[in-house]
Amino acid sequence: MVDGQIPVEEYETGNTKHKWNLKKIKSSHKVLAEYDYKKSEIKNGFANRTLYINLGTNQIKEKKITEDMKKKFTGGRGFGLKLLWDSIKPTTHWDSEENNLIITTGPFCGITQYPGCGKSLCLTISPSTDIICDSNVGGFFGPYLKFSGFDAVEIQGKAKEDVVIVIDGEKGKISIETAPLEETDSHLVNEQLTHMYVSEDSEGSRQNVSVVSAGTAAEHSYWGCLNFSFWDIRRKVARMKQAGRGGLGTVLRDKKIKAVVAKVEKFSGLQNNPADPGSLAKLGTKIHREIRDLDRYQCNMRTVGTGHLVEIMDEYDLLPTENYRFGSFPKASKIYSPNFYKLFTKVIPDGCWHGCTMACAKTVDGFTVMTGPYKGQKVTVDGPEYETLGCGANMSLWDPLWILEFNFYCDTYGLDTISTGTAIAFYMEMYEYGILNKERCDGLELCFGNAEAALEFMHRIARGDKGEFVGVAAKGIRRVKDWLIEKEWGDKQLIEDTGMESKGLEYSEYVTKESLAMQGGYGLTLKGPQHDEAWLIFMDMVNNAIPTFADKAEALHYFPMWRTWFGLNGLCKLPWNDVEPVNNAEADDPSKVPEHVQNYVELQNAITGWNVNKEELILQSERCYNWQRAMNVWMGRGRRKDDWIPYRSMGPVTKMEYVSRKERYDKQLVEILGLSEKEVEDMDIEKKMKLLYDYKQDQYQKLADAVYYRRGWTPNGVPTPQKMKQLGMDEPKMLKMIQKKIDEDEKAGLNVWGGKYKRGENPPSKDLDYWEKG
Amino acid sequence: MDHPTTVKILKFHAEKCKGCLECEKACSKVHFKTDEGGDKSAIRIHKAGKSYEMQVCNQCGLCIDMCPVGALTRRKNGIVTLDKNTCIGCQACVGFCPIDAMAKSDARLEPFKCISCGACVRACPEKALELVEVKIDGIKEIVYHKQGA
Repeated sequence: MVDGQIPVEEYETGNTKHKWNLKKIKSSHKVLAEYDYKKSEIKNGFANRTLYINLGTNQIKEKKITEDMKKKFTGGRGFGLKLLWDSIKPTTHWDSEENNLIITTGPFCGITQYPGCGKSLCLTISPSTDIICDSNVGGFFGPYLKFSGFDAVEIQGKAKEDVVIVIDGEKGKISIETAPLEETDSHLVNEQLTHMYVSEDSEGSRQNVSVVSAGTAAEHSYWGCLNFSFWDIRRKVARMKQAGRGGLGTVLRDKKIKAVVAKVEKFSGLQNNPADPGSLAKLGTKIHREIRDLDRYQCNMRTVGTGHLVEIMDEYDLLPTENYRFGSFPKASKIYSPNFYKLFTKVIPDGCWHGCTMACAKTVDGFTVMTGPYKGQKVTVDGPEYETLGCGANMSLWDPLWILEFNFYCDTYGLDTISTGTAIAFYMEMYEYGILNKERCDGLELCFGNAEAALEFMHRIARGDKGEFVGVAAKGIRRVKDWLIEKEWGDKQLIEDTGMESKGLEYSEYVTKESLAMQGGYGLTLKGPQHDEAWLIFMDMVNNAIPTFADKAEALHYFPMWRTWFGLNGLCKLPWNDVEPVNNAEADDPSKVPEHVQNYVELQNAITGWNVNKEELILQSERCYNWQRAMNVWMGRGRRKDDWIPYRSMGPVTKMEYVSRKERYDKQLVEILGLSEKEVEDMDIEKKMKLLYDYKQDQYQKLADAVYYRRGWTPNGVPTPQKMKQLGMDEPKMLKMIQKKIDEDEKAGLNVWGGKYKRGENPPSKDLDYWEKG
Repeated sequence: MDHPTTVKILKFHAEKCKGCLECEKACSKVHFKTDEGGDKSAIRIHKAGKSYEMQVCNQCGLCIDMCPVGALTRRKNGIVTLDKNTCIGCQACVGFCPIDAMAKSDARLEPFKCISCGACVRACPEKALELVEVKIDGIKEIVYHKQGA
């Protein structure tokens, strides 16, 4: 594509054109249930009602949102937590009839004046973790759900045959229809349904339809993602963004939902009816100008998206390569962002919602698929984003085209790139050690760098292959660990230490070995190891700004709360700190980007008409964060043992890793553990590794002690009734439940510190009942 | 489709301007049916020392590529126009205009811009403004997407 200013109608993606008989496909739909509702105006960012659908009973109804619910749960993910609490049981599994798949918005969602205001927050009980997983995603569905009149949609029950759910905000009608003939893979079904439900044959009208789907692999794997479409009027394709983590697409397909469609009539930039639209436009223009002037000197998001991180991570030894064994690699420059810049289509407003000038959603158009069912076709590949590139590095795939191929199939098959890539990387390492081999992998040669084998593995998942390996491996690292241990094919410790999962969820793509705070950022989390709670590596490791346990705990209080706040509001986190004001470094606490925090204070007030300050924003999050942790406890998790992380995220598991960074680790033995240089020189490598192992494990437990203390939890990591009441979360059933769990922990002797404190070292409190004081 | 190669843009003769702001008043009449000028005018005259400066759209068209809904187009006569019925008020064009010439008034969410209608030229008592024809290629400015630019 050449330089800009090509009229919209003249853009050409070079993609393969499809000819579908949409009339025939649509006429095969059988309407199972219909519900007419009264359209109403959104007020100050809230539609003030949610939509409830039960596919088992075909019930469709509306629920009111009360002022009390807003006060306690704010919106978005908070509403999702409340709706889950009201609808599931502590014994609910991902495939239980009552499991609830929820898509929520938040008061900011649908605002066009400020970048990043189009996020949906999706929640369900995850197949990977058996607890709540929340995942945020762009695309147009969230805004259109709200413009249709609902702050959230809940879907309980399972359909008997494949269905689509249509939320027609134009007519004020909800319908559940059978969908026997539609494709399942997302790049096709999203396009089919956009064309099918569009009101008139124009690009603008197609832009008013959004589809949520998951592909064929989501049916056979625990890594199913949700693909949220957004019609691109220039490329004339239904592009998509993913709610990737935790298997939400698996739940969608388990409910036999082929897709959820939302459509709206023409909408304005004031559809959310904000209390103070003038302030929104002014704050929006201010940040647009910041991005205009600074992005190319800071993150270069507008040019290459999050892919710019690859070169930075590689330089700081943080880019996970060969299953996190190393943080940099000689071949890594092959996947640095300039190599993708060459492939991206340029000069298009690449936001995943209107008005997002950060525009990180890059695409490669006219990409020729190299393998599988779509071999030879030309398609638009959304991305790759940093995480997907990190997966490439982790699997040792260094060819940009293979990464695009991996990205394309993950998306259209409905597989989370992160879980898929991280898991394949682990299988590859097991292959290297002979714990897995060709025979044990159903004939796949899953060695590092074998892109074709990785793709073939994915094709087999999508086909529902019955091989033993494919069946287990598609359920993720945790199940494969258990399987390998049960088969006695390898050393249990090695398998546990190298498979990068915690709580059953695969790690996202950062090496955390040298940042204790970031180990906590992955481990001391609600849903599992995802960097959306905290990203503290630079603060901790590079700048050494949080040296003590108390400092790290403070960061692991503030940042998870702050980042949670985006999810309560339907916001993207990127415009907060992926562009910073020019004088940010001189601010009081630069890592918080105070000027942008102030923007968000003013924005929330301008939208909702509330009168909050920055402290109140953190409180909004704390209420929901504690609630979610308490729900994990309710479901039998959410304790110290569940915050376990694999040793690969702390230090060198294998000799090869130690030797590759020998100078660093030897130095740690001298400077931190107090050995003499001579002792280290004479010591054999196993002994050195064991010393480091014990030290780092203890450090992590001490960190957990400090963090639980700072968060006001018990020493076993349980939120307390006192803390809940203090936050205004006074639901008796919840308070009674956590008190009971705390009493059980007490009886079992679990309310004790986890770190081994030597003379001169102190735990966060000598009084183990500190939390009772509230 | 034939694309226009030239466009009429405003030229300012600073030495003639006396700062009477008749141009702004005429412009706000076109856009908001009022002679208030100021933030309701797409042309702005600013005092710069002893002289005056004009701030107005140069029809470079970078904003066309910024608009997520295709509300900004270059017309056959080369003029870049904003269709306020299509606009969803995101302000991306306002924020990204390289010369801050996409105008926004508190009176309305949707921005507005100079359409080279000549109302200001006719209103200027000092003949400090004129419309001149220039080549579009000479003013196009595609800088933001080029890496390292």
